[in-house]
Amino acid sequence: MDSVIAVADRGGPVQPLLLARGLRKHFPVGGGLLGRGRKVVRAVDDLTLSVAKGETLGVVGESGCGKSTVARLLIRLLRPDSGTMVLDGDPVDEPHGITINELRRQVQMVFQDSYASLNPRLTIAETLAFAPKAHGLPAAEARARVRDLLAKVGLDPDNYADRYPHELSGGQRQRVNIARALALRPRLVILDEAVSALDKSVEAQVLNMLVDLKAELGLTYVFISHDLNVVQYLSDRVLVMYLGKVVELGPVEAIYGDPQHPYTRALLSARPSMDPRRRTHEAPIQGDPPNPIDPPSGCRFRTRCPFAEEVCARVEPPLTETGRQEVACHMRVAGSGHSKAV
Amino acid sequence: MTIQTPSLELGTPLVQPIAVAAGRGYWQSVGRRLRRDPVTLICAAVLILLVLSALAAPWLGLADPYKTSMIRRLYPLGSPGHLLGTDELGRDMLARLIYGGRLSLFMGVTPVACALLIGGLLGITAGFLGGRVNMLIMRIMDVFYAFPSVLLAISLSGAMGAGAENTLLALTLVFIPPVCRVSESVTTQVRGFDFVDAARASGAATFTIVRVHVLGNVLGPILVYATSLISVAIILAAGLSFLGLGVKPPEPEWGLMLNTLRQAIYVNPVLAALPGVMIFITSICFNLMSDGLRAAMDVKA
Repeated sequence: MDSVIAVADRGGPVQPLLLARGLRKHFPVGGGLLGRGRKVVRAVDDLTLSVAKGETLGVVGESGCGKSTVARLLIRLLRPDSGTMVLDGDPVDEPHGITINELRRQVQMVFQDSYASLNPRLTIAETLAFAPKAHGLPAAEARARVRDLLAKVGLDPDNYADRYPHELSGGQRQRVNIARALALRPRLVILDEAVSALDKSVEAQVLNMLVDLKAELGLTYVFISHDLNVVQYLSDRVLVMYLGKVVELGPVEAIYGDPQHPYTRALLSARPSMDPRRRTHEAPIQGDPPNPIDPPSGCRFRTRCPFAEEVCARVEPPLTETGRQEVACHMRVAGSGHSKAV
Repeated sequence: MTIQTPSLELGTPLVQPIAVAAGRGYWQSVGRRLRRDPVTLICAAVLILLVLSALAAPWLGLADPYKTSMIRRLYPLGSPGHLLGTDELGRDMLARLIYGGRLSLFMGVTPVACALLIGGLLGITAGFLGGRVNMLIMRIMDVFYAFPSVLLAISLSGAMGAGAENTLLALTLVFIPPVCRVSESVTTQVRGFDFVDAARASGAATFTIVRVHVLGNVLGPILVYATSLISVAIILAAGLSFLGLGVKPPEPEWGLMLNTLRQAIYVNPVLAALPGVMIFITSICFNLMSDGLRAAMDVKA
């Protein structure tokens, strides 16, 4: 029975809830029958991140940069090629650590497509009760939990429990998805573009509900989105990804107020400003991201970077501390050989 | 930056959905659509009639289907006492056609049911597990696919010898690969949906995920496909009997009757065609019903 009871904090508030070190995922594409001459998509390369207890970590980047792969790696829907994960001090899927099932009980995920992520043949109550029942919660208690979950996400249990997904609106379905993610009382919820498909007014309601739920249940979020405004609104820290790599990572005020990486600056300048007087005049980035099957040598952003130099093609810039945030750019590494190096 | 919340309480849906009766499930709506489809209803009625008459044959007051008479051979349709005439040995055709439905329908449904069980199991396994398991199962199926189904059935029955049991076995083997392939492809499709990922992320056992989330979504299409196979099975079984590889005389069976009556085709062609008409009616009813089912189930729930 203990498997359906919320897990208590173990390592204290200072210990990160989730640590991922050197996560890598390459997908083989095409290639011969016997695996000869196979190419790989470098979806995520050497990703290291930590999520502190109670914070919201925002993950931003263009489409195709590996954000969703990160989400699926963190909950182990995908097995990483290499890298380790530690959940509140316990290594995941290692001899003395916790199992993947244990990880999945404490880490849950909300998917982008609110329709595809609900089984059309099950009622809302059946969908919500699935995970608790699979973990051995008796039917009566599962029913009570379903009602509690529906109430938590603002849906009247009497009205919605016995409905089918096609009878619900997009916003209501996404509330159900959030409720499902909460059904096992997780500590960390990964929100993969969870509000991106909703229209703005519904998106705002769901976002505010997420904020309330986080406070009420003491949750930690990894919030993945391409919407910079939403990430700024919700996040404590922000991680900027480009072609499967972290280019900048730091507190939300630092990333939005004083972006260091040319890519972050370009991203931020590309979003429509609410205030005409504060529009930046950074050169917008040109073209599409390069093919992740064959990413550029050295710094992956160099092909679109206005400041690219010879060193950028030769050496891959390491993630370096610069004041409040970490940046992977040669211009921020003293003595890197870049003419604008600090 | 702030996000304005419209002045609505959390959870109040912007538009109240039309009140729908709770518990209106997918299968109920499929049933409702089927009830509005006259072609499917008529086909189903004909099939039910055929099955019931075959099952109740001994109690219908029919003539003895095995009783021969040298003087009453090849009576035409509408003869007194023999509504559908008599065959080349003077046996009552109506009785033989109705009794023949027992074997013919049995030979059509049983191999498909067995293939559905085995092929469906293999296909769902291959589709859900993917990777090497999928490769192994599907390539083995491809080996069977390499032979035309009629040829495979004939060679299997020929190798195992004539008789109803061997025909059943041969037909089952013939139908496993196509059922397996259809099951594999729909399962692969369903497996790609986020709700299966969500179920996996909940830490549930693979078997539970398949039972709750996959089966309900794949059984419909697989059943529709299997229904369409029944007509093929009836024709194949009749064909095997016609070739002398299936049921042995004097058992009444439509394919065999077609064979023995072929000598009478110049004397009484209508009579000789009657077993063929039965095969035609049965298989077209199964096919149309399968189409109707597919149409009724082919909706975004």
